[in-house]
Amino acid sequence: MVIVEVDTRTIAFHLDARSGVPTYLQLVQQVKHAVRYAMLRPGDRLPTARDVVEDLAINPNTVLKAYRELEREGFVHSRPGAGTFVSNSAPAPLARSVHAPLRRSLDRWLTHAHAARLDRDSVIALFTLALQDAYGSEDTHARSS
Amino acid sequence: MPAVLETNALCKRFGKVEALRDCDVSLPAGKVTGLVGPNGAGKTTLLQLAVGLRSVTLGTIRVLGLDPAEDTVTLLSRVGYVGQDRPLYLDLTVAETLELGRRLNARWDQEFARSRLARFDIPLDRAVRSLSTGQRAQVALTLALGKRPELLLLDEPVANLDPVARLDLLEELMGAVADDGPAVVLSSNVLSDVERVCEHVVILAKGQVRVAGDIEELERTHFLVIGPRKAEPAGEEVVDIREAERQTVRLVRGAVTWGNGDGTVTRPATLEEVVLGYLRSSRGEVR
Repeated sequence: MVIVEVDTRTIAFHLDARSGVPTYLQLVQQVKHAVRYAMLRPGDRLPTARDVVEDLAINPNTVLKAYRELEREGFVHSRPGAGTFVSNSAPAPLARSVHAPLRRSLDRWLTHAHAARLDRDSVIALFTLALQDAYGSEDTHARSS
Repeated sequence: MPAVLETNALCKRFGKVEALRDCDVSLPAGKVTGLVGPNGAGKTTLLQLAVGLRSVTLGTIRVLGLDPAEDTVTLLSRVGYVGQDRPLYLDLTVAETLELGRRLNARWDQEFARSRLARFDIPLDRAVRSLSTGQRAQVALTLALGKRPELLLLDEPVANLDPVARLDLLEELMGAVADDGPAVVLSSNVLSDVERVCEHVVILAKGQVRVAGDIEELERTHFLVIGPRKAEPAGEEVVDIREAERQTVRLVRGAVTWGNGDGTVTRPATLEEVVLGYLRSSRGEVR
């Protein structure tokens, strides 16, 4: 007999011990990812610290630290006694109507790059440069807080 | 908040062997502290002194503000302790073991203890002898948690456990911390576990404290500096040096301001590198 447990938790966190990314930051990134792909929507409750601790065997304060960081960035808000919830102010998920045409133009660009005999590393380098020009350098807070 | 465990020039001798020497620690309340160090560093001795199982040779130790040797009974009603070998009576059933816990402790939460074991499908009518190592570890932890302690002292709680049982135990332990928030001091040689569950760490070697502090703080203030051999640090504290003919790897504490344009690479150290650096640097010293 197979017993399928239906979990009441909205999302399941996971840890990559080899990534070198601090645990709380991994949790932060996973919530953001879930919001971006609409696995979490405004009003959804995040797993309680107790839930996460029981899944991952980490210190509860690590979870609270991650949630504080998410709150600071406007992704979530906590209601004392009720839990932590995804905020209305959280960035909207990637909409397909926006997503799809961008993907098509990127595909066209990659076809041009391929035709110009750029190898994979050159493509990544060029894209990273353009990304930095447009969005600024991002790896500034890996260890700062 | 006052320290849950504080020692001052603590010294413990077994005959001619100094298990602890001039040991000063101050462990914060409400946190999970990891006690790390090689075998024979004094971790077990420190924990045993903290519950009055052994007596101090010199210096002082205070646990929850009490003297473990004088106020043992009062202290043990507020402190949970699980020794390295997870001592249990093998001939008792699990239910009898819980009954023992109920009768021996002024504070005891039978409902909590039973429901805890039920979660792991540990049958109450089985003899402890017939349980697996992982199940015994859970029973031993339940016995310590059943009195709802303010402080939990665990000597190598995950030693000899298979990976699943190990995570089960750590999850249960962290769950208890999330619920009741007891301070926890646990000794371990598994640094990934320490990194996972601990906020504070004490590195012991040869009976002495090498370094102690918040893990985040230690990681933030220690750097690995890899550079040409001739480069000399300017004022920073070099914890450990590994030298090759042309290159050296230094573990440095403090802000790093050197190595301009000579190929020196500096990056933040991981907990493992900090611990190993301090342990290695203690190796050459005469005891």
